[in-house]
Amino acid sequence: MTDIPVPAPAAAAAPSASGLPAWLSAVHPAWWILGFLLLFMPAMAGDFVLVQIFGWSFILGMIALSLMFLGGYGGMVSLAQMTIAALAGYMAAVFGTSSVAEISLGLPWWIAVPIALSIATLFGVVVGALAVRTAGIYTIMITLAISAAFFYFALQNYEIFNGQRGFNGIRAPVAFGVDWRAPVPFYYLTLALAAASYLFVVYVGRAPFGLALQGIRDNARRMAAIGYNVTAHRIAAYAVASFIAGVAGILLTWQNGQISPGTAGIPAVIDILVIAVVGGLGHPIGPFLGALLYALLRTFALDVFSAFGFESTRFNLLVGVAFLVVVLASPDGLVGLWRRWRDRRRPAAKPSGGHR
Amino acid sequence: MSSVAERLSATGTANALELRGITRLFGALAALTDVTISVRPGERRAVLGSNGAGKTTLFNCITGDFLPTSGTIRFFGEDITSFPPHERIRRGLRRTYQISLLFKGLTVVDNVYLACRGVSRGRFSLLRPRRGDAIRAAAESLVEAVHLTGVRDRLVGELAYGQQRQLEIALALAGAPRFVLFDEPAAGLSPTERSELVEILTALPRHIGYVIIEHDMDVALRVVESVTMMHNGRIFKEGAPQEIEDDPEVQDLYLGGGHG
Ligand SMILES: Nc1ncnc2c1ncn2[C@@H]1O[C@H](COP(=O)(O)OP(=O)(O)OP(=O)(O)O)[C@@H](O)[C@H]1O
Ligand SMILES: [Mg+2]
Repeated sequence: MTDIPVPAPAAAAAPSASGLPAWLSAVHPAWWILGFLLLFMPAMAGDFVLVQIFGWSFILGMIALSLMFLGGYGGMVSLAQMTIAALAGYMAAVFGTSSVAEISLGLPWWIAVPIALSIATLFGVVVGALAVRTAGIYTIMITLAISAAFFYFALQNYEIFNGQRGFNGIRAPVAFGVDWRAPVPFYYLTLALAAASYLFVVYVGRAPFGLALQGIRDNARRMAAIGYNVTAHRIAAYAVASFIAGVAGILLTWQNGQISPGTAGIPAVIDILVIAVVGGLGHPIGPFLGALLYALLRTFALDVFSAFGFESTRFNLLVGVAFLVVVLASPDGLVGLWRRWRDRRRPAAKPSGGHR
Repeated sequence: MSSVAERLSATGTANALELRGITRLFGALAALTDVTISVRPGERRAVLGSNGAGKTTLFNCITGDFLPTSGTIRFFGEDITSFPPHERIRRGLRRTYQISLLFKGLTVVDNVYLACRGVSRGRFSLLRPRRGDAIRAAAESLVEAVHLTGVRDRLVGELAYGQQRQLEIALALAGAPRFVLFDEPAAGLSPTERSELVEILTALPRHIGYVIIEHDMDVALRVVESVTMMHNGRIFKEGAPQEIEDDPEVQDLYLGGGHG
């Protein structure tokens, strides 16, 4: 330290009036309501909504969250996150159980899942190592190229990826006395893992690792000039993001019961980018908002479209238009929309610190 | 390996900075030509020179923002010529930038905290600092030392220019600096802010040496004991402040040249 006098550390926060720990009473009431709704959703919604809307949203949200972690915190837009998720799904099928008995090794889930996650994370590190020396549009291009290469490789490789047929008959395991493939347990499984990933990303955003990542986003050169190995930090961010994407990829495979090259096709890769951008890269909740909107539109746009008497094969147009409207109305996505609405209601509010 | 004698200066300890024959080319342009400088530990020196003289380029070579085309750089005896910037910083070298390079999306205190964390362990920590965390406390005291306590929670992008310049200095004083390079810290500051800057510089512990690039002779000559004049990428004169100021050649070239 310099000899500059060190003042006493900031006084401990005053205990809150309600007697709750400070961090608990700091939680906004809206979060309590949301938590309550999500916890009791199975009492209100049917299996289809639980799995196809919410489960799917949580899973896609996690993959988009991994992109938000890299893009929003680190300023690195990676189009490889869906590919990394798919690789984890493939590896769960290869090391675990599927209908393709010639390839699947049939290991129990508690071996297959960690192996799949390790491989996906390692792959993410390799992607990161290739991508981190580039910036902006070049990062997008190199990760897109990796995704395209993976898609064609999976399509043409029969030894591991089983070509265009991929794997089916992949099921969530029965573990701890619960059949996780049943709709309600699967809903809670995806909810718990999505919530954990979300809280992790929020938490790390204020920890040295996450702060440093945001510092690198704002000014990589200065980060080096205050002692950070920027390259190592960026690659580590890819590792963290890839782990989250990997967890989601395995869930996605369990939900669909199958995985094939199309899971990691270019349209799916782009969808994750769209979800993250439409939801907003400014806060970890954005990807989940984007994913929910996406799941709703993909599920119901067809019905809406035919109800209006349009040719039903064009329903994707509605999805596209809806996303266009959001992005045009708010360049920082649904999160930005919400923030502006909140700031209008509280004009004297303190400037929001933290994420952006 | 160079001889021990070469590594040691006359006083028996290595120089804080030892530059030998530094040349830096930008295409055909020689921004630096055969620059040789030694600075003792704790020494405070000004680098003067007209626009484009190569002063900032010299700093960039010392900190590794880019590498010299040829020549060697030693920092407290260690050859750091090809070290990446972060390795030099971790050895106690610091710098400020002529044009502020800050983390605009983060708060003032987080900016300083990052700088303090950057030269300590736990850069990759996934755990938030706990209450009473030493690095956090160090950041708070540094924020106070540069008079930014009042805006500690503001996003840096919202700060006034003078405040950003002060933060720029705080980032360079994090941890335990052994030697600091200040690139025109007074540029654009009000007279009050200037005297605050002089105060901060003179209050630095004696063992911390620095090189300051400064056009304002009033500021420069109050805070240094030696001066290096640069011109067209070369060392032009070196000496005590008074010698330099009185030197007719220098007056011709620089002080008389309508600068200041
Ligand atoms: N990155 C770069 N690429 C190309 N040329 C450069 C680069 N940086 C500096 N130069 C050139 O090198 C020369 C020295 O520039 P430098 O910034 O070191 O000057 P300076 O002494 O700091 O001047 P000032 O007082 O204006 O800050 C100038 O001619 C400049 O145009
Ligand atoms: Mg300069």
